[in-house]
Amino acid sequence: MLLRLLTLCLALMLPSLAHAQTLEELVARLPDGNFNDRAEVVNQIAATGDPRALAVLEALLEGDLEERNADGRIVIVTGSRSNQVATDVLTGEDLGAVARRSTTSIRVNNGLRRSIRSAMGVMTLRDPDPARRLAAAEAALRAPDAEQVEALAAAMAAEQVASIRQAQALAHAAAVLASDAETEAKLAAVAVVGEAPALVVQATLNAYRNVEDPALAEAVADTIADAERRQAMWGQAQNLWFGLSLGSVLLLAAIGLAITFGVMGVINLAHGELVMLGAYTTYVVQQWLRTNAPEYFGWSLAIAVPLAFLFVGAVGVAIERGIVRHLYGRPLETLLATWGVSLILQQAVRTAFGPTNREVGTPDWMSGAFQLGEMTVTWPRVAIVIFSLTVFFGLLLAMRYSAFGLQMRAVTQNRPMAANLGIRTGRVDALTFGLGAGIAGLAGVALSQIDNVSPNLGQGYIIDSFLVVVFGGVGNLWGTLAAAMGLGIANKFLEPWAGAVLGKILILIFIILFIQKRPRGLFPQRGRAAEG
Amino acid sequence: MKKLLLSTAFCAAAATGALAQEGEPIRVGILHSLSGTMAISETTLRDAMLMLIEQQNEAGGVLGRPLEAVVVDPASDWPRFAELARELIEGDGVAAVFGCWTSVSRKSVLPVFEELNSILFYPVQYEGQESQRNVFYTGAAPNQQAIPAVDYLLENGVERFYLAGTDYVYPRTTNQILEAYLQAQGVAPEDIIVNYTPFGHSDWQTIVSEIREFGSTGRPAAVVSTINGDANVPFYNELAAQGISAEDIPVIAFSVGEEELAGIDTGPLVGHLAAWNYFMSVDTDENADFIDAWHAYIGSEDRVTNDPMEAHYIGFNMWVEAVEAAGTTDADAVIDALVGVAVPNLTGGISSMGANHHITKPVLIGEIQEDGQFEVVWETAGLVLGDEWSDFVADSAPLISDWRAPLSCGNFNTETGTCGGSE
Repeated sequence: MLLRLLTLCLALMLPSLAHAQTLEELVARLPDGNFNDRAEVVNQIAATGDPRALAVLEALLEGDLEERNADGRIVIVTGSRSNQVATDVLTGEDLGAVARRSTTSIRVNNGLRRSIRSAMGVMTLRDPDPARRLAAAEAALRAPDAEQVEALAAAMAAEQVASIRQAQALAHAAAVLASDAETEAKLAAVAVVGEAPALVVQATLNAYRNVEDPALAEAVADTIADAERRQAMWGQAQNLWFGLSLGSVLLLAAIGLAITFGVMGVINLAHGELVMLGAYTTYVVQQWLRTNAPEYFGWSLAIAVPLAFLFVGAVGVAIERGIVRHLYGRPLETLLATWGVSLILQQAVRTAFGPTNREVGTPDWMSGAFQLGEMTVTWPRVAIVIFSLTVFFGLLLAMRYSAFGLQMRAVTQNRPMAANLGIRTGRVDALTFGLGAGIAGLAGVALSQIDNVSPNLGQGYIIDSFLVVVFGGVGNLWGTLAAAMGLGIANKFLEPWAGAVLGKILILIFIILFIQKRPRGLFPQRGRAAEG
Repeated sequence: MKKLLLSTAFCAAAATGALAQEGEPIRVGILHSLSGTMAISETTLRDAMLMLIEQQNEAGGVLGRPLEAVVVDPASDWPRFAELARELIEGDGVAAVFGCWTSVSRKSVLPVFEELNSILFYPVQYEGQESQRNVFYTGAAPNQQAIPAVDYLLENGVERFYLAGTDYVYPRTTNQILEAYLQAQGVAPEDIIVNYTPFGHSDWQTIVSEIREFGSTGRPAAVVSTINGDANVPFYNELAAQGISAEDIPVIAFSVGEEELAGIDTGPLVGHLAAWNYFMSVDTDENADFIDAWHAYIGSEDRVTNDPMEAHYIGFNMWVEAVEAAGTTDADAVIDALVGVAVPNLTGGISSMGANHHITKPVLIGEIQEDGQFEVVWETAGLVLGDEWSDFVADSAPLISDWRAPLSCGNFNTETGTCGGSE
């Protein structure tokens, strides 16, 4: 606070001085001193009114500005570590490649970045580019400055875009509150701020809780209390949404297992690794696109989905034909054998891709968040909820209405009878296992967006997947859906007050007690199929 | 002093007949997980050690003898660490072991090193509260990482602290120290929130939205993260997704380095912080040479270097120096010779081994950049010696460690004047 005041005072004192200094002189002073000195120079650069100042500040904000050791020239350095090129920041002159350690970067930290943004905000409040105008209004809200009241009011009057005008009105109100305006103007400003999201209300108004003016203090306290009420209400909706999105992750991870374990009765401990293979498929697809067709990068997930399904499905068929087929009816041996497969797959991936995390990018259309009432909804989560429900209902329809689904159910319900009717049970077994594996691959594509893509990816999901399938009732897809969503939502309502660690323990205890009482899960299979 | 050490060491060497084995290789054990959950971090350290040993051999070995690396894979399995440590020392007869990452793996090999009287170099930042005669701690103790990090935040006006950690010994001890320290600095207890999550936690929605609320009171807030390895990627992804910028609520991490950032798009994370004793971006000749050698050794320009690698670099050079000074690889002589050894680190200073078996290091605070590197924004004026027993925990405040004769004690109680901890 003291610092802000100090810079403010300096800024007030400086115009006379600043006019004496040209942009060239100021830029040359950037490397000197500490971050506070640099913030002061930034304010002076902004005050020059020089048209090149904005580009200088932008480069500084990006951390691209460096000082050439030989002659102290300030340059913009871009390019990779081994191939850096410099351009003069003021003249734009191309200075060619830079040798290693011949330049010193001009350091920027968070505090300085804030100062640069505010300084740039003042310059770009009326910029032709709407994105810059919005950024300027947001910067003004973050650091309310009584000096800017009039500039913001003028910008508001000239603004055509409604959403930007709204941001400017908010920033204007915050600036009015920071100024020594009349009580009435301030009360109006409090009302304007009160319309904003609850978190913004609190961040902006908390500082004025203890103002001397009783009317204003009361209005501030009321507005904050109102925001807190809104937030508490929306908090429940937010927990529900978090629960649904966690539930759909669980559903995705478990749904393949619901087929291999639920329908076929194979305890497949390599399920998690099949998910991991799906994630690596996404990585390979993205790598290929990056080098060969970068313009289609936005489609990378759409391309990865069928590829992951086919590739991981094929791996599944190979596991079934090679190992599991010989072990039907011997669950303990199946368990050990598939565990061995999981270790082999993990180490194979580690050898092929290395033990470190791989970066899987998020296409632009899937990143970011939007505000719904008082809650923030992020696009990757929305995409995963939609994707997992699509996979679920797609699978449900395939099981019920396709010829293969019919054969699959026939074989699992009564193998000898199905064989007598001319169904090649071995082929159906292999394809069923392949289907379960393929869906695990699909889960991998989705999980690559929110989790580590590393050889250990699968281990984090295997236990949860089994929990969901057993809790929902083995062999029942609807049970899997209900269990995944139920566990997800329960987890997210427990987490705020019990903490993540205790929440997880409570859920486990609950499931253990539940299975004691109802060993066949939420929706047990009935009739002859259950005797299997 | 050094001369005296040298001559006594020479006598010891002559007596044990070590000189007679000239030309026979000296074996060095590498005890890092190459499979299992910790392989992600530890495999790189194995490679770094192999590179250092290769370089040393090109430079003529140690005591005129070549070095031979013995690599084993404890597979992230803690009891296996102890078994393999025993095998390395008894079976392979290694002169020293470089290894371990997690505190639990270190704790599990401690009794072995004590019993068989060998030497372990431990390269990872840890919670402190330990000093063992056979172990040399080249990673940071809390006073070389956590305390300077919150000092930096306090200096920058942060008033509220959210301490987020994974639920195990390192975050719990570190947060206990930090809570006591912050309160001593005048931070109100209601402005400190401590939150633990299970290993590999992947759903951060609730916690990140809690952090958003915590940071939206109009007073500057920051997150101090001791979140471990794998859980970091989903944590940072969620931070980015919910739009928490470092300018509003900075996150300062103690377990996130260049290697961990390799799996994340760092664009939205610019400005979040980490506290280490080394960053790949540090601009010194030693570091540039080290990075070039690393790239040449590993055959890829994309691989990064990180803090534990530097710790091994320092530890290995210290061991070489101490063995040369002692004239033997005999554990007792080398342990005595190691205290006081000083070698250059990669950040332009000279690190030396203290009597408490911890080393002096600079403390650097870096901000994440768009290219996945860190830019140093603050550093301590000089080097800081690792403080094994924290002064901010009541039980350990009176303890000191000094392995030089005549004290030779890892937990000397200055209040009672006895060796043996606080009991």
